[in-house]
Amino acid sequence: MAGIGQGPGPDAVFAAKLAEGVFEIQKCGGCGTHVFHPRVICPACGSADLGWFAPTGRGTVYARTVVRRKPERGGDYNVVLVDLEEGVRMMSRIDGIAHDQIVAGLKVTASIGEGAEGDPAVVFRPEGEAN
Amino acid sequence: MSLRGKAAIVGAALAGCGEAHGKSSMEITIEGVHGALADAGIALGEVDAVATCQPLDMLSGLTLAQELGLNPRFTMNNRMGGSSFLSHTLWAAMLLELRLADTVLICYGSNQRTASGKLMTALGLPTYEAPYRPLFPLSSYALATDRHMTQFGTTREQLADVAVAARAWAQKNPDAFMRDPLTREDVIASRPVSDPLRVRDCCLVTDGGGAIVMRRAETAKDHPRPPVYLLGGGEGTTHRDISEMADLTVTGAAQSGRTAMDMAGVKPADIDVVQLYDAFTINVILFLEDLGFCKKGEGGAFVANGGIAPGGHLPVNTNGGGLSCVHPGMYGIFTLVEAVRQLRGDAGDRQIGSAELALAHGNGGVLSSQVTNILGTEATL
Repeated sequence: MAGIGQGPGPDAVFAAKLAEGVFEIQKCGGCGTHVFHPRVICPACGSADLGWFAPTGRGTVYARTVVRRKPERGGDYNVVLVDLEEGVRMMSRIDGIAHDQIVAGLKVTASIGEGAEGDPAVVFRPEGEAN
Repeated sequence: MSLRGKAAIVGAALAGCGEAHGKSSMEITIEGVHGALADAGIALGEVDAVATCQPLDMLSGLTLAQELGLNPRFTMNNRMGGSSFLSHTLWAAMLLELRLADTVLICYGSNQRTASGKLMTALGLPTYEAPYRPLFPLSSYALATDRHMTQFGTTREQLADVAVAARAWAQKNPDAFMRDPLTREDVIASRPVSDPLRVRDCCLVTDGGGAIVMRRAETAKDHPRPPVYLLGGGEGTTHRDISEMADLTVTGAAQSGRTAMDMAGVKPADIDVVQLYDAFTINVILFLEDLGFCKKGEGGAFVANGGIAPGGHLPVNTNGGGLSCVHPGMYGIFTLVEAVRQLRGDAGDRQIGSAELALAHGNGGVLSSQVTNILGTEATL
């Protein structure tokens, strides 16, 4: 049991795992609900018994936007919401595909890439594509 | 116990809308307060409860009391974004009904256009969204727009028609900030910012402020202007961050609208005039659906081809809205002031004849907080 008051909070645990190349989400020991983003208590039942596990990494694009930016400032980039197979949703980015090819329903696979500040972040690629 | 008809707005005013050069946000706010008190015929010293929510001042309720020279019995600083002021009216009605306060002042002001030229906010990006650099708050609304288009076939043209309707209303309002002609083609050809949203899908960046004064219904007629009664109110909070919104096509307006209309004893078809927080074009489509003016997924068709423009089937955002009239960061107070003007018959060229029932609706965060007020004339009590 993860428990309350033992060691760092769930945000710090998630970040530490990510820094080691591990993407894990939570599962409630009380009701079985999968939880992301990381929380102290289960938003479905209130239990503090939240453990960590590795999701399959497979997901589906729920919605996407392309932020328009001048080329000299780095050019356009996409921002998506992905529904993981485990039933949780997360914001992310799809690499390895033209922005206008990203549509709701696209099957994607998670990997650990870089966020805005070069920090480790979960990103996705179209399913079946090599990293 | 119901709050229906227990409290009324007895004074209302705007201040500094458009550009208010050389003025601070609180100074604009206080100008609105001065106007609302004069409109109500109430002396400053009679105010015994205040409510505000300013863009950058986390303790703005305290600043307001200080600048007014008041020692209020209640100081409300509830922050839920642009919807805050429609929640303040509900708390005001409770304080008045319980006789914990006698005169409640609700106000807002911002100098964001002349001070910064863009949205002023104290908010940073959420921890689990920041790595992906969504524009705040624009990309969140873009994601909701994309989902609505995917799920219901809502079109770019339908979104554009929301902005075109707002502009047509603004052209009837001499106080509106943007009154040039605007066509569907202009909106669709405007600069893309965060697909599928373009510049003309987005609210303005202006200065401006507004204030209202509320009193118990029993004394509401002791003032110069006709009272506007609060008939119902409701709230809905579904998330803070867009990545935590369960269904991007259904907002908390479904809950807030139902609660408010149940309290008021009215249904959507009874409403004469509607003021919705139109931060982006998709907001109007979502809120019309969730508030029950049309079925889920049919909002695009509802707003298309002048449906909510002057002469359409439902008058929405008769001042020109945040899209064309005024948008100083948190727009909620302006839905209330425009509803008051319509129900008093003060709306000039844009007046909806014999308007008796108005709906004002505020949005906060990224579709996160939804608050609905139903307002009516004496005839609706």
